[in-house]
Amino acid sequence: MSTFKAVILVGGPSRATRFRPLSLDVPKPLFPVAGAPVVSHHLRALSKVDGLKEVLIIGFFEDNVFSRFVDDAATEFPNLHIRYLREYQELGTAGGLYHFRDEILRGNPQQFFVIHVDIASAFPLNEMVEAHMKHRGLCTMLGTKVPREQATKYGCLVAKPSTNEVLHYVEKPDSFISDLISCGVFLFDTAVFGEMKKAIDRKKDSTEENDYLWTPSDDKLRLEQDLLRPLSEQHKLYVHVTENFWRQIKTAGSSIPANAAYLELIKKESPEKLAQSKPEGPEIIGAVYIHPSAHVDPTAKIGPNVSIGPRVTVGKGVRIKDSIILDNVQLGTASCVLHSVIGWNSKIGKWTRVEGSPASDHNIDMMKNGVKSQSITILGKEVLVADEVIVRNCIVLPHKELKSSFHSEILM
Amino acid sequence: MKALILVGGFGTRLRPLTLTLPKPLVEFANKPMILHQIENLAKAGVKDIVLAVNYRPEIMVATLKQYEEEFGVTITFSVETEPLGTAGPLALARDILGKDDTPFFVLNSDIICDYPFEQLRDFHLGHGNEGTIVVTKVDDPSKYGVIVNQADSTRIERFVEKPKEFISNKINAGIYVLSPSVLDRIELKPTSIEKEVFPYIAQDGQLHTFDLEGFWMDVGQPKDFLTGTCLYLSHLSKKKPQELANPTLDYVHKGNVMVHPTAKIGKDCRIGPNVVIGPNVVIGDGVRLQRCVVLQGAKVKDYAWVQSSIIGWHSSVGRWSRLEGCSVLGDDVTINDEIYVNGGSILPHKGISNNITEPQIIM
Repeated sequence: MSTFKAVILVGGPSRATRFRPLSLDVPKPLFPVAGAPVVSHHLRALSKVDGLKEVLIIGFFEDNVFSRFVDDAATEFPNLHIRYLREYQELGTAGGLYHFRDEILRGNPQQFFVIHVDIASAFPLNEMVEAHMKHRGLCTMLGTKVPREQATKYGCLVAKPSTNEVLHYVEKPDSFISDLISCGVFLFDTAVFGEMKKAIDRKKDSTEENDYLWTPSDDKLRLEQDLLRPLSEQHKLYVHVTENFWRQIKTAGSSIPANAAYLELIKKESPEKLAQSKPEGPEIIGAVYIHPSAHVDPTAKIGPNVSIGPRVTVGKGVRIKDSIILDNVQLGTASCVLHSVIGWNSKIGKWTRVEGSPASDHNIDMMKNGVKSQSITILGKEVLVADEVIVRNCIVLPHKELKSSFHSEILM
Repeated sequence: MKALILVGGFGTRLRPLTLTLPKPLVEFANKPMILHQIENLAKAGVKDIVLAVNYRPEIMVATLKQYEEEFGVTITFSVETEPLGTAGPLALARDILGKDDTPFFVLNSDIICDYPFEQLRDFHLGHGNEGTIVVTKVDDPSKYGVIVNQADSTRIERFVEKPKEFISNKINAGIYVLSPSVLDRIELKPTSIEKEVFPYIAQDGQLHTFDLEGFWMDVGQPKDFLTGTCLYLSHLSKKKPQELANPTLDYVHKGNVMVHPTAKIGKDCRIGPNVVIGPNVVIGDGVRLQRCVVLQGAKVKDYAWVQSSIIGWHSSVGRWSRLEGCSVLGDDVTINDEIYVNGGSILPHKGISNNITEPQIIM
């Protein structure tokens, strides 16, 4: 009998506009980071929770988007039963949970995890379980500290240090409240569905009272604003603070720090999955993932923090650092790829340099005063870059052919 | 015959290279600039060479001593205590330039061309007048002082400074032959030969033009230094192809590459066109060089890419680094691996570990 279940909230196609141009060709949850789709890192962490047998992936992508992934995941995580449940419409983060409550409650689990897909984390789920069993609340949320000036971009919370009880929760506050933020990872008692029912009723009442303010979006139930806030007021919300890594995966460029963090984690947990330097080459620095079907010339130097996808060809004297190279990319002799994502089937010429700026810890805007901000360089699918040119601090949409150098531009 | 070379001061336009060596000693195509001039002057029978300088760097004195022996010439330094313009130095060197009746050459030390000293001498003696100015044709004469000849004559009618409308595309190439009598027209004070001396000689019908065949370039600043290098190499490819690397070598790309015999070139390189590689330079594997000059003892490591740049003496360019946009590295500059430099002018002894993406001076 299983005590735990888990729900991964993956959202839908309209939610990933900030992940363009990569989301034009793959749904964000399936974008490969550190050699595996974003969502499979969640599954890997869930597979290590004792008594957790079923994971429901909830979103409003078409069913077929996830069918292949769910099949593959079944092989990789044989102890998990993984299903994709499609919302009939965008229901909001908690609306989907409530809608599928029967599926979640089937088999009478006592607790269930809810994890947003757009984060990268070490997922200390077992520690959360331990913390959860020590208090009488309905929910334990994972929290982390961020730099003070970044905090207002997230859900901020104030907790009582002695008990970890959440006293106050505000989603994206206007002014500084706390540098402790919600990570988007929750462990709920199943009794929380009662609170969700109350929240929905409250929303209906207030809708009737403010009829003239009614909008279709009020049909939705938002996990953070509509559920967590009342839970904290009822002293039923607790936080478990982690000092381990945590990143959002919002913009396409944020895949690079997430890739780096996951590669470091894999290096600690199962270094055999990563590439090793051999005397005959190639030279590998730090954590590097190379798919077995990729061909890497022995004169190449790769790493740290590089993921190389299936069927990639890395030519002579190629240098790659802090980058993701997607399926079937060809990198020409002596080319240099730094702080970049190279899209599927792209071709990089000889002595060509594709360079981004190191990603800062937290997301930054793509444009500032009409000038493209310094960030990761992203080449979409099937981009061809000529020999000897430099493409620096650019975002290149799919199927472009670049015959000359570009700096700080978005190339449509 | 005699010659005066106008060297001038600190060569600020060619910094950061001239922070290390005086401009006449900076190698152009693997040979100090002034050596190109001394060689050609000696060939035309010049015995006395005066260098008009604002200051007297000891290193130049020592180097020029060798050349005196090598070419059988006497080289004298004429040091100005105050800047004397372009004509004052002639008055200062009157003792040497006017010691006999033979004419003397005057040339600007920044000019690189196929020096026509012998023909020039013959032409000057042929017309028997006071002066001859070498002229070259340019595409855009509006930036220069142009020279207008008398109809169907080599005699100069007048000078027009930066003409707004086209009257001639002949400009002063900065090389002259003058008879000693010209010295009587010049006082020992700051004077411009172009503005205050030549117009009067022309008025007297005593000044002629001599058309320069072939290339001409003022290489006093890095951008023009590189352009001048291209012109000089293509001149060599026609006149002395044996001085260039054999175009059938596997690393030579589109010809016109000069490689010093002591330089080492790695595997799978693609070098050219218009590249000069100096003595004891080491080029790693898979390096791509074009339109650049690598000075003595410099290192360009594996898979680097360099275009339109000058790499100073004993500098080092890291693996996978990319230099472009008329970047100039001074003496002993280190560019770390994987660095991008666009238009960086980098002073001697600096280490660069961050990208330089916009043209700037690194102190």
